[in-house]
Amino acid sequence: MGRYVTRRLLQFIPTVLGAMFLLHYLTSIGIQFSANPVRALFGDRTPSPELLANLSEALGLGDECLTRKGDPCLGLFVDRMQNIFLHWDFGVNFRLRPVTELIAEALPYTVRLALIALLFEAVVGIVAGVLAGLRNGSFWDYLVKISTVTVIAIPIFVLGFVVREFVGVQFGNVLRGVDWIPDLISQGVFGSVYKSDYPWSSLIIPGLVLGSVSLAAAARLTRTSILENTRSDYVRTAKAKGLGTNRVVGVHTLRNSLIPVVTFLGVDLGTLIGGALITETIFNVPGIGRLVVASARTGEASVVIGGATFLVLVYLITSLLVDILYAVLDPRIRYE
Amino acid sequence: MSDITTAATEVEQPGAAPEREYAASLWGDAWRQLRRNPIFLISLAWIMVVTSMAVFPKLWTSIDPRACNVSQARLPPSSEHWFGTSIVGCDYYAHAIYGARQSLIIAVASTVGVVVLGGLLGMLAAFYGRWTDTLISRLVDIFLGVPFLLGAVVFLTVLKIRNVWTVALVLILLGWTTIARIMRGGVLSTKTQDYVQAARALGGSNSRLMFKHILPNAIAPVVVYSTILLGSFVAIEATLTFLGVGLQAPAITWGVMITQHEVYFLQLPGLLLFPAGLLFFTVLAFILMGDALRDALDPRLR
Repeated sequence: MGRYVTRRLLQFIPTVLGAMFLLHYLTSIGIQFSANPVRALFGDRTPSPELLANLSEALGLGDECLTRKGDPCLGLFVDRMQNIFLHWDFGVNFRLRPVTELIAEALPYTVRLALIALLFEAVVGIVAGVLAGLRNGSFWDYLVKISTVTVIAIPIFVLGFVVREFVGVQFGNVLRGVDWIPDLISQGVFGSVYKSDYPWSSLIIPGLVLGSVSLAAAARLTRTSILENTRSDYVRTAKAKGLGTNRVVGVHTLRNSLIPVVTFLGVDLGTLIGGALITETIFNVPGIGRLVVASARTGEASVVIGGATFLVLVYLITSLLVDILYAVLDPRIRYE
Repeated sequence: MSDITTAATEVEQPGAAPEREYAASLWGDAWRQLRRNPIFLISLAWIMVVTSMAVFPKLWTSIDPRACNVSQARLPPSSEHWFGTSIVGCDYYAHAIYGARQSLIIAVASTVGVVVLGGLLGMLAAFYGRWTDTLISRLVDIFLGVPFLLGAVVFLTVLKIRNVWTVALVLILLGWTTIARIMRGGVLSTKTQDYVQAARALGGSNSRLMFKHILPNAIAPVVVYSTILLGSFVAIEATLTFLGVGLQAPAITWGVMITQHEVYFLQLPGLLLFPAGLLFFTVLAFILMGDALRDALDPRLR
């Protein structure tokens, strides 16, 4: 196990460096083809060349190679990597705030959102999947099948938008008109967008929207895995021994069926953290996805590289943890 | 697949067999099963309808979507304007029909590109193994690590020209990884089969082995996944437009229509719901078709 983990951790190095280079190259090309983004800070005034040069230098965009079209800027990449790995310095944004600070600020929102989504997805997905799997071909089975496919087919931005307008604005307005409903419900849960006064409750509905996307996958995975296990020999043995249905389903079938589901949920946590940007945009949550997208638009290369590197790391670490968890849950799997 | 349907097909087969001898190839069997699947047929019919909208929009409407009249703006649906008119007075039904074209071109072009690029790399990785495999698998890891939408936003902000082809290009560059993995798995399990060894012993060249012997037997999962991928690319095009990095206003796509009329949702919900509904049914049709294909092509489920 120790050797396996070490090998996986060593494999992270080329992956992370590769992803960072990809982003570095893209943002550099962006600057090379659309001129220095620092100029945009001056609006319609023309800065003196010295001022522009000094400011670009201070913002980490002073390298010569950023004026040569198509240059991969290897020198700048090496500099950036040295700063990041030797001094833990990810650079600054255009307001001279360190990228590490920006990420640390945005992270709690994204994590909270992802946790709510994951909880929703796990509870509803597993319950729906178990119901559908145990009563194969029944009304429940078809209901779960149809509703999960329907949810996947609606683009998340349409779903988020419609939910915000109907649940947050329309229904929320009705609630806000009633005196005896506490503010936590009317302003928080049904408050249509994220509000800093209600750090958890106003993230519930955005979390449900975010979680609904992979809810379908969780439910289907549970269903297939329950179907497979109900036909297995040990379940038949348990029934033959005369155990009650609750024990057969709860202990013998469910425990074994949940192994792939738990691993799926683990991988999904990484995806949710990286994929929350649409939900964050619609519900105005100041998380990492929104930070990176906004910085990509203004050309703040260091924020894009820093933020995305962080997301790549989250993805890699969760997938490693899931693989280890898999071996813990299923004794048949052994890593050399 | 439920027990009842499996039992039913088993009963039917002996009855059907004497009528006509057939070669029980994987695809032949799959087609026989799909022909009887109503979900597959309905999905296929809807995809045909949308394709005809994209290829021959004039079959569906004689109105020019760009002939707009501001005095006719914001009309509710009527017999003259089936979907009403937009906020600048364009016929919304004509817009919706013409919107199919660019949405579908992006989806089809990206899927073809992803299958060619990902399929080729996956096959090379599995067939040659060793350092080719290591190199390609690491490359897959790198691209898989970058979150899809974030990567697309960074890419598309860099590309200042945004048309159907640049959007498709970005989707191909970011989307080939899963197909490569599926193809690699399929080829790995196929290349050890006896008939491949036999073909090699008879002196078949590497390219002959790959394209004549391995590919036809490893492509089924790729076909299933790419059907679902077609649907997701239709939705992703709209999502990118919503994030402001997809196609822009003079272009007519479902994504542009949804994004443009979002702010008027509470007064004129139809302007969002009509294109969103078309988009929804198209994505749904591709997903259901992929599911039906998977059921039909996986011999273990029969």
